[in-house]
Amino acid sequence: MIEFRNVTKRFPDGTLAVEDFSLVIPSRKTTVFVGSSGSGKTTLLRMVNRMVDPTSGTIEIDGEDTAALNPVALRRRIGYVMQNSGLLPHLTVIDNAATVPVLNGVPKNEARADALRMLDTVGLDRSLAERYPSQLSGGQQQRVGVARGLAADPNILLMDEPFGAVDPIVRAELQVELLRLQRELGKTVVFVTHDIDEAFLLGDQVVIFEQGGRVAQIGSPTEILSDPATDFVAHFIGAERGKRALSIRSTDRGEILVDSEGRAAGLLVDSVVGAQYDAGPKSRSVSNKTSQAGDA
Amino acid sequence: MAWVWSNLEQIWGLVLSHIALSVPPIIVGFVLSIPLGYWASRSRLARSVLLSIGGVLYTIPSLALLVVVPVILGTAILAPSNVVFALSIYAVAIMVRSSADAFSSVSDDVRESATAVGYSTWQRFFAVEFPLAGPVLLAGIRVVSVSTVSLVTVGSVIGISSLGNLFTDGINRNIPAEIIVGIVCVLLIAAIFDLILAGVGRLLLPWNRSAASLTRAAERASTLVTQ
Repeated sequence: MIEFRNVTKRFPDGTLAVEDFSLVIPSRKTTVFVGSSGSGKTTLLRMVNRMVDPTSGTIEIDGEDTAALNPVALRRRIGYVMQNSGLLPHLTVIDNAATVPVLNGVPKNEARADALRMLDTVGLDRSLAERYPSQLSGGQQQRVGVARGLAADPNILLMDEPFGAVDPIVRAELQVELLRLQRELGKTVVFVTHDIDEAFLLGDQVVIFEQGGRVAQIGSPTEILSDPATDFVAHFIGAERGKRALSIRSTDRGEILVDSEGRAAGLLVDSVVGAQYDAGPKSRSVSNKTSQAGDA
Repeated sequence: MAWVWSNLEQIWGLVLSHIALSVPPIIVGFVLSIPLGYWASRSRLARSVLLSIGGVLYTIPSLALLVVVPVILGTAILAPSNVVFALSIYAVAIMVRSSADAFSSVSDDVRESATAVGYSTWQRFFAVEFPLAGPVLLAGIRVVSVSTVSLVTVGSVIGISSLGNLFTDGINRNIPAEIIVGIVCVLLIAAIFDLILAGVGRLLLPWNRSAASLTRAAERASTLVTQ
């Protein structure tokens, strides 16, 4: 469990990034921080592993105040995945993946053997192990980034817009993969994104930020979608438009769901069949044609 | 050519002392420029101050420096250490700029990512920033190497033995072959040093080779596309 208590961050240049922010991030769930740039979401993420220290307030991990911990030791027990992978260009894929265990003093051979298994876990072919990051595609680099984040088996995984720089198809693949990993591993994931669809797909808990680190709404995707707290949230999640504003239209063959443009978006399925989807946290009893949720 | 065969032993001796005078300044220049260049890459003020000092030092005429150094160090005027010291100053002066550029070439993303996964400051320097600065450091030290090998000859004017002796002696006694041999030997030493440095670079920076070949491949691909 990660707990933010009355956290404020003012940068030396006077910018107020976050003001009096409090939040409990439950263990083994995915919490997504979503907001436009400048909303302080990345600053908050980086406070968890003390890349940024708060101006006031405290951050506790399992009841322990992080300010009292050695930042380097703290970072080694928290996985971190960033945009553009952040891989070290002079290390091979396998050495990148084994970085944190090696820093923790695990013998190199052992760390490499573990890292190979981690490549399997994130769906990377072992034949890529001896390549350098520059020889991989963006999606592959991102997978190595995830492997590195998970290699020391941390309880917490911080992900800072990890899929922001890859193309939409690869992004969808990686998102599905992350959902699978999370089902298998059950880490406490804190995920930052500016993409509300990504937030709803991945998040058990979603925190929507306004400018200046003010929280607009906290809740599950279902709660937010069914009851947007403010006009800002309603607008931000696009509740009144596009593929979220679905309505039922009767046709000769039955009822279909159409979006605000009148395009067919999906079918209303039988609730018994729909129940199987409820296993996933972001179940909607709609089989959406864009169907990212279909994997859940 | 007759002059060469009859003086082989003397030429070989001069080659050895030339190398002995060249190597220390190159090493000193490299080692000292690392902390200075790193400092310059982290602070704008440090950068402008250090690079200005480097620029000024490099403009001091070598002969004047060779005469002044013994006065400063209190060494004998003919001590080889004077040449080593003076050339070390030049080496640092050139190398600080390369080194500053080398550390600036390490991307902030990589530096930040290394910190985020748990490198301490020192580990990050030795395991991440220093190796990643390698390609630019290598380019810098190759320039320093060539420049130092050629500058060593100036020491001969004040009587410190090197291949420069073949120039002074060749001019005094009007033996063109002697001067040509001197030039060829200096060029050979410079070329061999350069090959060694490039080889060490290939060995220590394998990732750089693959990145470079990948870039070349990408360039080829893009020219194909535009055609």
